[in-house]
Amino acid sequence: MKRRDFLRNSAFTAAGTFFVPAFMKPFEALALDELSQYKNLVVIQLSGGNDGLNTVVPFGNDLYYQKRKNIAIKPEEVIKLNDMQGLNPNLAALREIYDQGWMTLINDVGYPNPDRSHFRSMDIWQTGSDSNQYLSTGWIGRYLDSNCETCKFPYTAIEVDDSLSLALKGGTKKGIALKDPNTLFRNTNEAFFKQMINSSKDHLDENNLGYLYKTMIETSSSANYIQQTSKIYESKATYPNTGFSNQLKTVSKFISSGLKTKVYYVSLSGFDTHVNQVQQQGNLLKQYAEGISAFLNDLKAHNKLEDTLVITFSEFGRRVEQNASNGTDHGTANNMFLFGGKLKKQGIINNAPDLANLENGDLKYQVDFREVYGTILDKWLDVNNQQILNKKFQTMDFI
Amino acid sequence: MERKDNFISVKHLYSRAAFGISYPNLEALSKKNINKVVDELFKKSTIVEDLKSVDENEMRQQMALQVLLGGKKELTQEEKDQRQEITRIQNERSRTLNIDWLMRLIKTSAPLREKMTLFWHGHFACRSNNPMFAQQLNNIQRKYALGSFRTLLVEVSKSPAMLQYLNNQQNRKGRPNENFARELMELFTLGIGNYTEQDIKESARSFTGWTYDKDGKFQLRPTYHDEGNKTFFGKTGNFDGESIIDIILENPKTATFISRKLYIFFVNETANEAHVKELANHFQAQNYDISAVLKKMFTADWFYAAPNVGTKIKSPAEFLVNLSREFYVTYNKPQVLIQLQSSLGQYLFNPPNVAGWPGGKSWIDSSSLMLRMKIPSLVLNDGQIDFSGKADPEDEAVIALNKPANAKPKPKSYVDAQSDWPKFLTGLPKDIKPLDLAKFLLQPNLNQKIVDMVANNQGLKSTAIEVTSLPEYQLC
Repeated sequence: MKRRDFLRNSAFTAAGTFFVPAFMKPFEALALDELSQYKNLVVIQLSGGNDGLNTVVPFGNDLYYQKRKNIAIKPEEVIKLNDMQGLNPNLAALREIYDQGWMTLINDVGYPNPDRSHFRSMDIWQTGSDSNQYLSTGWIGRYLDSNCETCKFPYTAIEVDDSLSLALKGGTKKGIALKDPNTLFRNTNEAFFKQMINSSKDHLDENNLGYLYKTMIETSSSANYIQQTSKIYESKATYPNTGFSNQLKTVSKFISSGLKTKVYYVSLSGFDTHVNQVQQQGNLLKQYAEGISAFLNDLKAHNKLEDTLVITFSEFGRRVEQNASNGTDHGTANNMFLFGGKLKKQGIINNAPDLANLENGDLKYQVDFREVYGTILDKWLDVNNQQILNKKFQTMDFI
Repeated sequence: MERKDNFISVKHLYSRAAFGISYPNLEALSKKNINKVVDELFKKSTIVEDLKSVDENEMRQQMALQVLLGGKKELTQEEKDQRQEITRIQNERSRTLNIDWLMRLIKTSAPLREKMTLFWHGHFACRSNNPMFAQQLNNIQRKYALGSFRTLLVEVSKSPAMLQYLNNQQNRKGRPNENFARELMELFTLGIGNYTEQDIKESARSFTGWTYDKDGKFQLRPTYHDEGNKTFFGKTGNFDGESIIDIILENPKTATFISRKLYIFFVNETANEAHVKELANHFQAQNYDISAVLKKMFTADWFYAAPNVGTKIKSPAEFLVNLSREFYVTYNKPQVLIQLQSSLGQYLFNPPNVAGWPGGKSWIDSSSLMLRMKIPSLVLNDGQIDFSGKADPEDEAVIALNKPANAKPKPKSYVDAQSDWPKFLTGLPKDIKPLDLAKFLLQPNLNQKIVDMVANNQGLKSTAIEVTSLPEYQLC
């Protein structure tokens, strides 16, 4: 049997056992012809506000050393990328990635009137709102709502976690949160649960009860599809033994097995380094870089790197000047990392942060984060970013 | 059997205006006229009992120490440890406050007051790292929950939690901070689109100098206050904060905005504008008396109409509280309630932003629904659950400081809880059938499949666990 047929059959066997009305199941009947050339986006959230200036170090600027007497990364330790900026030594695993041309770095990404609360700023990044605007849907959620050709399946967006972030919640559609496909599969296949699904055809109207049953059926259907599709693939690559790497390994399994999911969402937390930053951030950056490196090489080995775009953000950067506890406090603009096999612009694509020209001691942003989102929506996910972001943002040329 | 008395109406009233009702109480109240039942519900909630979870003296000492340490340029190791300890204590007290309120919701004998406290908690949404401030605001919301909306609004506006959260501490003559003034109109009273940017500027000037002192008490600082004339909604004068609030309350749009929000919270997620108008007119005519508008709502025919019964999605707080009240649940490790709130998307005292929790369908996604359908069997059947909530950056920072790097992920959480089955079962009529129990526990009408499923059941206990695990149980 051809691999493709096998995929199709196994996906159908599971789904076919449910008594689901026709309008609920178009995704199950979809031909899997576009199995290759299926573009994925992987969003990595660094929670807590990662200190961008000690991540990508402006070692060529004396002001950096003046303002960070105790916590600056010494020039000889920096992994130099050009005359001005280089990587924190804990990101050593990214050196090879950078040299392969799989990495793009954007300096000073932010938004007007920045908010220094973790919760609020994360909210802004996840919803794509202005800083004085409150949205109850996330930017990926609204992409799901747009019902475009490629985003109409209930498993279009997957967060590898126990609970779903606002970023993946739309008004009518939401992503799926799962840490482990087998657990979700087991839960949705419990006898009682299956009985409910099998007896639920009466409820599928537009009211709340219909919505609950629809969510339940879609969860079950997706759990089956994800488990059946991904179980045929086992990665041989070695990943570091960290929680973050395990999440990426799960994503790689999904991508490499041809799951028709467009967006994956993964988080790494602990970046709120007010005190004794160097060691804590160093540990996290090392986990991050080693995980990313294993992930990208794994994708490369399965010819999926060209179909994958990885972006990394944090809710804010930190203040330029260190505090009295050898840490840094909440700041504003920050760098973003992008990875993939098809980047049009590689390396550092804009000017290094201007440490002389600050706003209340904080970096000024050069790029609105919604220009990055907008570019991805337009050029990678093939939807009109204006529809998702509520106003048109100019696009960039990294993809 | 179809009941002829007020069984359905009373059950509906209590599922919306309270946190459910026990079978014996329901039986007793069903024989009464519904207006009388409403009156009694209000009567039960006349008692106001402050939450006293956070020791204010302890917190004031901590705050004084914090100010002292904050003023130093260099800190000794001992002082650094002290500062860490303050954060640790604050976080711990905040968690205790959260659990104490949840326990209050589960055990209260003034359910309408607590329900309205929950409503105002979402309406005047606020976060504070200072558990004393958070407790003060919660007590204000409870004290005035059923009283005058004007008083409530003024007290909330003067609370340190809100002054801090919306940056009014920084709002001074000559350099106004508009954050509070904007949210006051956009989210607390008029609703977006019913004022101009100039109104915000003038209002912000009027609230200059509204601050709190080192003990967490409201203080009007005359030197920060802008004494000039302000023009607000066409009126000119040397307004202060309270005059601004009065002008806002004169505007009928405020009555409409609050009435609509009450309607969405208590009646239906889709507002019926004719009903909202009825409420708003009454609210304004009754001088913004909250009890008056609520009574109007709970005694209206449409409140009990079929489209409004069993059709609202319970908030996570309602879901957890109803279940725990219904089955007399004891949590041996109440900390798990924080994880449950967080995983279900409503961590009390931690709203996503000043707009509060969006509610309705947004409560439900694949993972939160799966968890909701699993919780009853865990709580009622001594089960275990395998999940870890999302990290809170500030909690995490504290954990990271006290733990070696590369620490293992959080251990699994166990819902270590017992329900008092004998108490629950003896409350039921001796001859009750599983089907009648299902009808009691669920608000929506039962469809044939559920009727068939339950008809084959032998035990009441298994029936209870089964029906509380249904999607129908997510509705109230």
